[in-house]
Parts: sequence; C-alpha cells; structure tokens
Amino acid sequence: MHHVYLDHNATTPLHPKAREAMLPWLGERHGNPSSIHRFGQMARNAVEEAREKVAALIGARPLEIVFTASGTEGNNAVMFGLAPADTGHLVTSSFEHPSVREAAARLERGGMAVTRVCPGPDGVVPASGVIAALRPDTKLVCLMLANNELGTLQPVAEVAAACRERGIPILCDAVQAVGKIPVSVRDLGVDFLVVGAHKFHGPMGAAAVWTRKGRELGRLLVGGSQERRRRASTENVPAIAGFGAAAEAAREELEGRRTFLASLRDRFETLLPERVPGAILHCAGSPRLPNTSHVAFPGVEGESLLIRLDLAGYAVSTGSACSSGTVEPSKTLLAIGLSRDEALSSLRISFGITNRPEEIDGFLDALAREVAELRRVAPAGVSV
Amino acid sequence: MSLTAVAMSGGLDSSVTAWMLSRSGHPVVGLSMLLWDQSGVEAHGRCCGALDLGDAKRVAQQAGIPHYTLRMDEEFRQKVVDPFVEDYLAGRTPSPCVRCNTWIKFDLLLDRARRLGADRVATGHYARILNGPDGPELHTALDADKDQSYYLFELKQEQLASSLFPLGGMTKPEVRKLAREAGLVVAEKGESMEVCFVSGGIRDFVEAQVAEHPNRFSGARLANPATLVDTGGRELGEGQPYYRYTVGQRRGLGLAAKSPLFVLAIEPEDNRVVVGEEQELLAPGLKGERLHWIGQPEEEVTVKIRSRHPGVKARVRPLSDGKAEVIFAEPQRGITPGQAAVFYQGTRVLGGCWITART
Repeated sequence: MHHVYLDHNATTPLHPKAREAMLPWLGERHGNPSSIHRFGQMARNAVEEAREKVAALIGARPLEIVFTASGTEGNNAVMFGLAPADTGHLVTSSFEHPSVREAAARLERGGMAVTRVCPGPDGVVPASGVIAALRPDTKLVCLMLANNELGTLQPVAEVAAACRERGIPILCDAVQAVGKIPVSVRDLGVDFLVVGAHKFHGPMGAAAVWTRKGRELGRLLVGGSQERRRRASTENVPAIAGFGAAAEAAREELEGRRTFLASLRDRFETLLPERVPGAILHCAGSPRLPNTSHVAFPGVEGESLLIRLDLAGYAVSTGSACSSGTVEPSKTLLAIGLSRDEALSSLRISFGITNRPEEIDGFLDALAREVAELRRVAPAGVSV
Repeated sequence: MSLTAVAMSGGLDSSVTAWMLSRSGHPVVGLSMLLWDQSGVEAHGRCCGALDLGDAKRVAQQAGIPHYTLRMDEEFRQKVVDPFVEDYLAGRTPSPCVRCNTWIKFDLLLDRARRLGADRVATGHYARILNGPDGPELHTALDADKDQSYYLFELKQEQLASSLFPLGGMTKPEVRKLAREAGLVVAEKGESMEVCFVSGGIRDFVEAQVAEHPNRFSGARLANPATLVDTGGRELGEGQPYYRYTVGQRRGLGLAAKSPLFVLAIEPEDNRVVVGEEQELLAPGLKGERLHWIGQPEEEVTVKIRSRHPGVKARVRPLSDGKAEVIFAEPQRGITPGQAAVFYQGTRVLGGCWITART
C-alpha cells in the first residue's frame, strides 16, 4: 500500500540537499570541531558554514546563532536562563508548545508569577491582551509565531514593539513557522527566536536559538566551552550540517513552497465541504501557515478516525505529536473555546512539499469513506 | 478481507498471538490498552505513560503489523480497580482478571476494535472456542496447567463469536519456542504479575487508594483493628484491620490455640473476623449472585470455586434476582466471597456466579 504523509507539522522528510550535506559526516569524514588538528578544522568549518546558512534564513548574523539539540532545548534555555528564577513575572499565551508551557509551569512552581493570555476563537492571541498583561516586574514574554496545531499566526511583531518600549525581552518560538513563511528576526523585533531543523526538511537533533546582541542566553548545560561558552556539548556535526543545507534550501525555495503548500491546502479545503458534509474548518479566516488545516468531524471520534485513516494509508494527527494516541482533548483546542467533544472529534492535516495534488484527492476519498463508516458503526459518536 | 485486532500487552503470550496471526496472511492490527497510568500526567505529559507498552510496539514492528495504543485508564479504574478496592472493604477477596475480561477486553476493546473496522479480537488467553450445536462454546485450554477459562466465564456467546484464542491448543513451552524461533524481543519474558495494577502488597494498595480518594470509597474504616472471634462469638483478641484477612488464611493470625486456626468469615459491619478449626472451613454449598450462563442453563455441573480448584460435582439452583445456590456433592473448604464459582461440563465452561457466602 502507498502511504501518504499528511503530518508535516510533526516532522518532515529529509531534503535531498540536507542528506547530501550529512552523508560525508556519516561516512568518510569525522572530527570534533573543538580539536586543533585538520579533522577538527574540517568539522569546525561544517558547523560554521551551517551557522551562516541558518542565520541567513532568519535574517540574522551568524554569531548570534547558538546550536541546540532541539527546539525544546532552545525554549528551555531561554526561559530557565532568567535570573533569579524565583521572582518577577512571565507573560505567555495559553496555547504555547509544551516546551514553553511546561517551562512556564516550572518557573511558576519556583515562585515566578505567570500570566497566560488566551487566544480568541480565531486561534490568535490578541496583542492588546499580551500588552495589557505586562508589568514593571515582567522579565520575559513568550509568544509563538505559528501555533503548531492550528497553524494560526500570532501578532509577535506588535507585541515585540511594546516590549521593546518597556525594555522587556521577548522569546519567539518560531519552530513551526520557519521554512513555511518568511521569518526575519529584525522585522519581528524579538530578543530570542527558536528554530528547529526537522520541521523544514532538516534532520532531527539540530535546532538553534537566535539571541539579539546585548541579550544573554542562559546556560542550560555546563561543561566545555562550545558555542562560545553558551552551550556545552560536542556539536552534532552531521545534524548541524544537514540543518544548514535545509536552511539554505528553504531560503531558496521559500516562495515556491508557500504557493505550492497553499494550493494543496486550498484544494483540500475547497473540496472538503461537499465530500464530507458537516466537517468544520477551524480558524480558516485567520492569518495562518499555508500548510495546515484543522478540521472537526462532529459526531466522530477523532482518534478512531485517525487510526482508520492510517490503516487506509493516510497519516494525520489529532493534535501535537505528543498528545496523539490518547483520548485527552488537545489543550490548544480547549484554549480556543472548543468543547471537549468538539476537540476530540478534530484532526490536524499538515501538507508538505512532497505531497502531490492527486494525493489530496485520494485523501478526500478516504476521509469521506472512513467518516461515513465511523458514523455507521459508532452512531453514538464521541464516547467518554 | 476482514480485519482482526490483536490485544497486545507486551507480554509473551499476546506477542506470540500477534506473531501467529500476522503469519496467517489475514489483515491484522495490534491494539494495546493503556489501563493504569501512574506516570504522573502533569510532570511527564501524556505520551510517556505509554512507554511501558513499548515491547508491544516493537513486537508489532517485528510482525509487520500496525499498532495503536488506546487509552482506557478511566474505564479500567471504574470497572476493575474501584470494584477491587470496594470488594476488600466489603470483606471479600476479589477476582479482578474476570472483571477485566468481562468489562474491558471483550466489551470495551471489542467495541473500539469494531470502530476501527475490525470484526474480531484475538487475545493470548489459554482457552478454546469451539463451535457447538447452539453456537460458540467456551472450553478449557489443552494445556491444563495454563488454562485460563475460569477468568472468561462471564463472556456471552456474541462475544465468543467475535473472539479468537489462538494459544488455546498450545502449551506454554511451545509458545516460548515459537517466540524464540521468531526472534521476538519478548521471548525470554517471565509470567506477568497476578494483579497487574498492584506493584507492592495488595492491602497496602487498598489503603493507598482509599487514602488518595476519600470521596470515592465512602464509609471506609481503615485503621481500626478487627476483633477476632470464634464461631460462638467469643472474643479471642485484636488483629489487623479486617480487609487484611482472606477466608481460609492460616498464617499471621497471632493467636495461640491447641490446633491451627483459620479465617472462616469476615464481617466488616461488626469489624469482626471469625476464626475456627480447619474442619469448620468445610461447607456443603455456596450462595452466589450475578448468575451467568454462556448458553443454556444446566443443573448438574462441576464447579470450580477458585481458579486453581480441581472442581467438584454440584447442583445449581437458580434463585430470584440472578442469585443462585450451589450444592456440592461433597463439602468444600475455603469458600471465599468475592471469588467466582465457575460451572463446567467436561472441558466446556457453562457459566458461573459470584460467591457471596457459604451455606
């Protein structure tokens, strides 16, 4: 059976150019970038070349980039780098990625005050709400650029401008946005920005934090003096090399990707109402990523639908990857005001550059068939 | 082609079941149930509790079948764990595996499997389903040492018709040999624990559950030591809290007597534990409730009053409200309220009831 992957917000297939950049480091080449000899020099060169490419993708300078192992690590490093961590105030949204949400919860347990601003039903956190939450003792604002489940874009630039006036640093988790839409750290005006390679056809195990000059990234790991003493650990040279190549490819292909992804999504969303009557598109009128559709199928249990679709050869998600396979409703969907039943009947479909238009048609066929079948065998709909 | 779901716990038996079915050429999907997640949801996030089922996922990969984990912990708590605690608080000794089969594996899981497009569920139980003149019949496993038919007595014919027990005709050594030949990662795994959701002592678990959920278990008196009495009502001393005793228990009574003493009955209302001599454990019959017949009711049966009981000839007398009286051909010892009395005719399981008292 041909398996069609429609879960690109979870992870993406490796770009051939990323693979090509990695292969020497999985084969004939090796070396520790900190070593003085030629092996080390070659590895160092690979890391610095990647740093330039990642910086170029987000309009930054290479020296402002620190490589990490994951977006989660980057978000954690910024948030746990706040000192002292037991006083002051943090502002964030109520539907951040778990790596921000749980870090905020830990800071709160440690004594920090936390304000969580709720998104509206449109899946967008109102900038005015975030700005109104700022206090004289606010130490950090955390706002994602694109929500990982809904794909909705958040008013980061507007919030950042207000933060700058008050001298408050702002962290932008841009993991889900970079590679899908243009992202410029200067235009956004933020202080920290986190990027992950595997969301745009780079390898897992490589990510980066950009830090504005004048701000300091907290040190999550201590040890060697790698990354200019900002992040101890031997660099993951193969993954970083792939990250750089993926960043370069994303920069070159960005406009084409946007147009293509939007065409897939629009094809799906245009045909959906007649193929699956009753399906509800979430946040379709909001500013959002070009590749993400979030759909409720009232009276259908999302988890069962996901499994049936997978058995039929189509991979989708009920939410973020970490909450899939459970019957727990997505916190993000509850945050935009959906009921428990609505949240449990929803699927996230995230298209990618390797999808083909005819796959969308096949997917719609499968969706129509499986939804009808589920409504037949479990007419009671969502169970507890 | 119809789809078969295999219940996969990550243990040896269900893994071999999945492997065998995957070789049969029919479409198979592996399903694991997340039943009892104590991983601390807030601290770890939802996905991590499922890691315990990692062996099931790996076996599914080895067998080349898709695998999904279904979260059923809330239902498991309501249908199995809470009644288990309540049984102890009521002075009974429960049999949670029967309840799990009745309410979870062959009810909820079967229902979930059907929603996914499967029309039957296979499990690694050692029992056999044979076609009889009046529909599917439940029979003991060929390997008498491993037979688990006792735990399946509450199934209905409709459920048996949608179930498969591929190991029912195999012995445990054969199953392990097959796992080794297939190179399954679980080939050297030992037997699972008797009560899968309890890691330490059962009575400590009961106490912890009541302490954690005071609103769920009303009227629970935990700390008070029970009064030990003889059959004449004479007080012999103070013991532990009553739910720490089981009928038939001999050890740990802490009483000096000429001949060994045994627990005869537990009376939670009076916080008393009745003890007596061994022959006083003997009873001519039992009273039961929730009488169940898989097929037609019968009068003359062989009854097993616990899973390892050899069985004794008996007569079943149905009473009103699903109650029943079972009269043994010869007196039996250790009739334990909360255990199941399961009726057999040869290798066939006819049905059974839940023991409420001796007669």
